Formats: sequence, C-alpha cells, structure tokens
Amino acid sequence: MKKALIPLGLFLVLAVFLAIGLTRDPRVVPSPLIGKDAPAFAAPVLATPEKQFSAQDMRGKVWLLNVWASWCTACLQEHPVLMEYAKRKNIPLIGLNYKDQPANGLKWLARQGDPYDLSVIDQDGRIGIDFGVYGVPETFLIDQAGKIRFKQIGPVTEEALEKQILPLIRELQK
Amino acid sequence: MKFWLALLLALQCALAAHASEAPPLAEDPVVEKRMVAISEELRCLVCQNESLAGSRADLALDLKREIRTLIKSGKTDAEIMDFMVSRYGDFVRYRPPVNPVTWLLWFGPFVLLLGAIFVLVRMVRNSQRADAAPPALDAAQRAKAQSLLQDPENLS
Repeated sequence: MKKALIPLGLFLVLAVFLAIGLTRDPRVVPSPLIGKDAPAFAAPVLATPEKQFSAQDMRGKVWLLNVWASWCTACLQEHPVLMEYAKRKNIPLIGLNYKDQPANGLKWLARQGDPYDLSVIDQDGRIGIDFGVYGVPETFLIDQAGKIRFKQIGPVTEEALEKQILPLIRELQK
Repeated sequence: MKFWLALLLALQCALAAHASEAPPLAEDPVVEKRMVAISEELRCLVCQNESLAGSRADLALDLKREIRTLIKSGKTDAEIMDFMVSRYGDFVRYRPPVNPVTWLLWFGPFVLLLGAIFVLVRMVRNSQRADAAPPALDAAQRAKAQSLLQDPENLS
C-alpha cells in the first residue's frame, strides 16, 4: 500500500514544480545591473538636439528612465499609465528614445502625449545595450547615488506602479 | 560598338552601387570568424532559443556590431563575454558558469541518475532474494491446490 503511493508522491512533486514554472514569465530575465551603478551616458535631447543630457546631471535625485520608441506597440499599452503618473509624480521621468528616428519619436509624442520631463536620443541603441535593454519598453529606477534599484521589463502596469515602483520611490526618498 | 560599351559601363556602375549598399559583413575575415565563434556562445534575448550568431533580430545585429567593435579595439574573448554578462546576466551564455546558483542545473541530473541506480539495485536484490527462497506451501494448501486442479468444473 505504501509503495503504491510513491509514484503519486513523485507526481505531486513534479506537478508542484511545473505549476511554479507556469507562473513565471520566461521572457523576464533578471538584470545583473540591479544594485549597480547606472551606466554613464550623455546624449542629445529629443526636442532640442543641440542640448545634451547627461545621466550625471541627475546625481542626488531619484529618477525614472523609461525606454520607449515610436515603433513599439507595447509602449502604447503603458502610455496611459505613464500619462496618469506624470500628473502626480514627484520625481523626474526621463525617456530614452531607443532605436528610433527622432522625427518619428517627436510625432509619436505629439500624438500620444508627452509624460516625460525630456527624452534623449539613442538612435543606434548603444545606450540601450549599456543598460541591457532587450525588450522595449523597459523602465529603470535610479537612486540619488546613481545606482539602479529596480527594473521593469515590459510595460509599466498600474499594479507594478502602485505595488513596486511608488513604494520603492517613497523608501528611497526618506 | 559605342552603344554596347556604354551599356556595359552603365551596368557596371549599377552593380557597383548595389555592392556598396551591402552591409560590410566580411570586411575582415579574422574579426568575422572570432565574432561568429563568440556569438554562437551567446543567446539572443529577443528570440530566446536562438543563438546570437543565428539570429536576425535587430538587437542581435546590434550586439554583433558591438562584438566586432570590441574585437577591433583589442579585447579578448573573455573580456567580451564579461561585457555581455555584465549587461544581460548569465542567461545570455549558452554554457552557464558553475556556481552555487547553478549547482542544481549542473549536478541535478547526476544526482537523479545515482538515485535511480540505487533504487534499481535494491529492487533487483529484493527480487533475487524472493526467487532464492520461494514460500513453501503447507500440506493443507497443497491438497487444496490439487483439488482445484482436478475439479472438472474449473476446466473450461
């Protein structure tokens, strides 16, 4: 009788492991950059390309870097969340216009609305590579010391914002 | 004759223009060979079951360009691997490193194999013991078996 239960036990162990596997998204690869210094970069501002934005300018501030592009359909999904957030935010939201034609980026912002304090141009995707970007949109939370504290892969959802990003911002600002 | 020469010249110009548009793939065969060797060890993060070498995804092309640049700037293969891992994590490597996090991955199958061998050996031994000493029937059981075998009702 006891022996007959062994296969059942093994099956249950397997089922539990497979069930846990089902709840995880294989496309979300944990970033090794969390807790490390954000890569330094300086790039032209999308709206005013004669001006440069440098990540160094943000030292001492908690800020969000959102990677977006006009060709990115998932960005449309997160856009309303960012627009809503822009109305009540208290930290800078910087956009990284990733592998995009600046003209298309500007048109997209004019059409969809612009939640960003400013966007910077990353036309060849070099800055994206330094940040380990592999699926747009991605969002990074960077602290006063310039360290990456959180990364959202894929669209920022209402839930991710309320449950993860905002509490972390409050904690960092203490 | 002049017409044909002109046509030939025009054709050649067209072909030359076409050639200059092609991406500079094999500009340096040595660099290219190393780039392919390295990118075969790397996973394309956009299409996760493809290697960087085999992928035509936009990011893969960018990363290959980046590897070419790193090779030309004199970086070793190990340094280039570190460049990728520091940005995308161990997941980009098709051969994950052996460390406490991946012990289960590397040694788990062997542990399972050992466990299976242990169970198999025990089962074989148990059955051998059972064969060596078959349970004897007492006189009453023999008689009952005999009667069952001879009962015509049981023959069909």
